[in-house]
Amino acid sequence: MFGQANVLAQGAANFPPSVEDFYLPSILPWGAHNSYWFTKITFMVWLAVGILILFFLVSYRNPQLVPTKKQWFAESIYGFVRNNIAVDMIGHQGVRFAPYFTTLFCFVLLTNFFAIVPFFQISPNSHIAFPAFLALISYVLFNYVGIRQHGFVKYFKAALVPPAPWYILPLLIPIEAFSTFLVRPFSLAVRLFANMFAGHMLLLVFTLGGFAMLNATGLLAPVSVLSWLMTVALTFLEFLVICLQAYVFTVLTASYVQGALAEEH
Amino acid sequence: MYFLAEGAEHNPILPIWQEIVVGGIAFIVLCFVLMKFVFPRMEQTFQARVDAIEGGIKRAEAAQAEANQLLEQYRAQLAEARTDAAKIRDDARADAEGIRQDILAKAREESDRIIAAGKEQLAAERATIVRELRTEVGTIAVDLASKIVGESLVDEARRKGTVDRFLSGLESTGAR
Repeated sequence: MFGQANVLAQGAANFPPSVEDFYLPSILPWGAHNSYWFTKITFMVWLAVGILILFFLVSYRNPQLVPTKKQWFAESIYGFVRNNIAVDMIGHQGVRFAPYFTTLFCFVLLTNFFAIVPFFQISPNSHIAFPAFLALISYVLFNYVGIRQHGFVKYFKAALVPPAPWYILPLLIPIEAFSTFLVRPFSLAVRLFANMFAGHMLLLVFTLGGFAMLNATGLLAPVSVLSWLMTVALTFLEFLVICLQAYVFTVLTASYVQGALAEEH
Repeated sequence: MYFLAEGAEHNPILPIWQEIVVGGIAFIVLCFVLMKFVFPRMEQTFQARVDAIEGGIKRAEAAQAEANQLLEQYRAQLAEARTDAAKIRDDARADAEGIRQDILAKAREESDRIIAAGKEQLAAERATIVRELRTEVGTIAVDLASKIVGESLVDEARRKGTVDRFLSGLESTGAR
């Protein structure tokens, strides 16, 4: 909100945009560069949490058998995650994970969505800390569920030892361990982070690029306009990515839980 | 380039621990509220809705079953009434036949009785007539005989024979 405004107000956009454009000065204390407790990013996280809590509590304050419009909307979000993700992926047991999946989905979706909301225009998920924390929860969740379902030894045996001839196991076990217990949480976090990071970077490039060309010479003004039109188009693309990544994060978590619950891998 | 002036280079792949803390707390608060106060109630509402619909279906099924049962009952009653009616008709027919037979028998009896009475009366009358005739015929015969005897009586024997012959002749006529 403030960093970009500064950049634009100065008229001299620093082009090309760099990683540093993602680290805005802190709000409290004002303008500090290495204080992260209360920045635009953390503010947006709290805002997302506040909006979601408020929305769900208000729309579900007095649930009716025949829902009102608001209640119906809240229910269809939950119903979507419950039926199309939790139950579809995990089956009947998935219902008990649906509340968490819905919370996760809503949180990721809304924090992602800040990326294209005017004056916010950056997603907290472009800082890896938030996707990393969510991925950590997913990681703990699916391992915990698996251990509770099968017991410690049986779960790790099922997770690590694929049904293959014994002589190939020395090769497969490290691969399985690597992919299940290292790559999964890492890829989950990085996928979301990188998408939001790249999306923001793209929008920056085209927006600031327009300014840079305009500043360089008036002759490039039409190209600047083209660049800004590209920004608009990319905003739509970004919207698609926002929804898709929220969905993918939730579906993958559900899929890991399903894998942990399954009898055989 | 004033960010760089700070001299703080950021590596985007390394998380900032303050953000992890803040994000973690915020997300846990969100999870707590939504998973405790909102989604369980949604499940309850869904369940209530399912119950309401299934309850409605059950009620409808019960009503249908009751209606079917009533229909069966009415049908049974109707069939019963039909058999009853048929029975009553048969009975009535049988009764009518019996009455007819009775009446016929009585009429026949009556006619027989009348005929018998007629015959009896006839016989009695005949007997009376025969009795009267016999006395009358005797008187007439005696009159006739006294007339005959008075005028041309030849002998006792001849007169005796004539009267006897006459009477037997009369009797054989009467017996016929």
